[in-house]
Amino acid sequence: MWDYLKLIVLAVIAVGAAIAANYAHDLPYMVNAVVVMLAAAITFLWTLRHVGDPPSLADVSANYNDGVVKAGVIATTFWGIVGFLVGVVIAFQLAFPQLNPAWSQGILNFGRLRPLHTSAVIFAFGGNALIMSSFYIVQRTSAVRLWGGNLGWFVFWGWQLMIVLAATSYVLGGTQGKEYAETVWYIDLWITVVWVAFLLVFMGTLMSRKEPHIYVANWFLLSMIVTVAMLHVVNNAAIPVSLFSSQSVPVYSGVQDAMVQWWYGHNAVGFFLTAGFLGMMYYFVPKQAERPVYSYKLSIIHFWALIFLYIWAGPHHLHYTALPDWASTLGMVFSIMLWMPSWGGMINGLMTLSGAWDKLRTDPIIRMMVVSIGFYGMSTFEGPMMSIRAVNALSHYTDWTIGHVHSGALGWNGMITFGVLYFLTPRLWNRKGLYSLQLVSWHFWLATIGIVLYASSMWVTGIMEGLMWREVDANGFLVNAFADTVAAKFPMYVVRALGGTLFLAGALIMCYNLWKTVTSVDRKSTAPSAVPAE
Amino acid sequence: METYSLLRAFADSWMLLAMTIVFVLVIFWALRPGSRAMHDDAAQSIFRHDARPARDTQTARRPSKELSK
Repeated sequence: MWDYLKLIVLAVIAVGAAIAANYAHDLPYMVNAVVVMLAAAITFLWTLRHVGDPPSLADVSANYNDGVVKAGVIATTFWGIVGFLVGVVIAFQLAFPQLNPAWSQGILNFGRLRPLHTSAVIFAFGGNALIMSSFYIVQRTSAVRLWGGNLGWFVFWGWQLMIVLAATSYVLGGTQGKEYAETVWYIDLWITVVWVAFLLVFMGTLMSRKEPHIYVANWFLLSMIVTVAMLHVVNNAAIPVSLFSSQSVPVYSGVQDAMVQWWYGHNAVGFFLTAGFLGMMYYFVPKQAERPVYSYKLSIIHFWALIFLYIWAGPHHLHYTALPDWASTLGMVFSIMLWMPSWGGMINGLMTLSGAWDKLRTDPIIRMMVVSIGFYGMSTFEGPMMSIRAVNALSHYTDWTIGHVHSGALGWNGMITFGVLYFLTPRLWNRKGLYSLQLVSWHFWLATIGIVLYASSMWVTGIMEGLMWREVDANGFLVNAFADTVAAKFPMYVVRALGGTLFLAGALIMCYNLWKTVTSVDRKSTAPSAVPAE
Repeated sequence: METYSLLRAFADSWMLLAMTIVFVLVIFWALRPGSRAMHDDAAQSIFRHDARPARDTQTARRPSKELSK
């Protein structure tokens, strides 16, 4: 009965999407409709082939649902490579404009690829890392199987569909022009559906938990899920111009729209890339170090201070704009107050290793995690500093911002995710260990040197162009034209692209290492007995 | 009074006070005496139930049983 209902719904979606593709007003909408049609048709066929399968009699509640976490490991690795690769391509496009050839205009030029890169790394790589970690952590710390049966699989595949829709939309020009919220209205609706399912799975597991206490990592992850849902819905409130068009009109206008956008934008950083990844830190760092977190009390204070302060910081993106001064001052003050919880959290993470510092020498995975916490501390020091109005006057609109973002994204989010992938792969596939720790060391050094090259070149070029923009001669005329700064930045752009290439090379080594771990390392002898097929 | 001024006055007076008080109380709650045992237990909870879920709430609290398996 349930199968027939599913088949009917999928068939309706497939046919509806085909009709929508026919009536489409613009190319991104048409391509997206075709993607939806194909996704629904594939799911239809898959469901059809499984109609009438005898229901599994095994009691799955005696085991964790690790199939969806495995899929998350594969997806995180895959989208990571895609996102880094596009990043390297656009870095070279900036250094060598010839790489935007005439034949590729409107599809593969910098302006079209840039949102593809940012969304691929944040939402595809980072999003899959968060979903995978959430599902792994919440099961273990609740001591209960993932709630909702196959709803976890819906979240996984729904998220992959969102990524494909967004990617095909961006390169064809589908965007609503909001940074990190470029996805057009129907993709936004789909994200909401998937995200609510994610919330249900997570909450359902927590509510059926058998541990008395909710471990602190789950607090961070839950705050990430709830806050991102709120931010996403408010910021993307828009009225489509037609049911068959990707274009929409935002419900806010002018400075209100800007404020809502940066309230969203900064809290996407604060909750998606910080709170969520802190959840990963609070679980995986103690696990890999094999000792409990340094101070559980400090982690609770870290959580509440972060929650109370972060949500106010958005206006620092709008210094010297039409936004009232009091609002941007408020954003600046709260950003500076964020120093305290950020560094408290960093100290808590690092001190978890106290008494086990020797692991830094012997365990490259711990080394990766420690460096990521270090980058968390550095970028959360740099960010508040850049939010000070006088500093922002120099840094805003320059490459310094890009450098800051990447020391956080490559250093903190990237490195902790790599550590988690190295942690999870042998465990999920039940292997004795990783294929090669030496390759992990190679990855570590390539990535670290890549980040250092990236961040330092962006500091130099950012401060240089900020100073060039504000330089005036004795009569008060600007000394430099914009093109002068572009020409002066060339060597730093090449260094940046080189740094990105090293980072990508490290990630490719990780791919090989993880692949060999699954395919050629022996199974662990103490295999858990009677694990039913997922 | 227009909505903006009303909300603005409320936001930077009573609401600000209320949130500050809640924040301070939360910190004192985390630091309260007698919570250490519970916090230590929670910090150790990640080392239980690595392989499979707990059978019931009782075994969830007993880490030694899980480790000896």
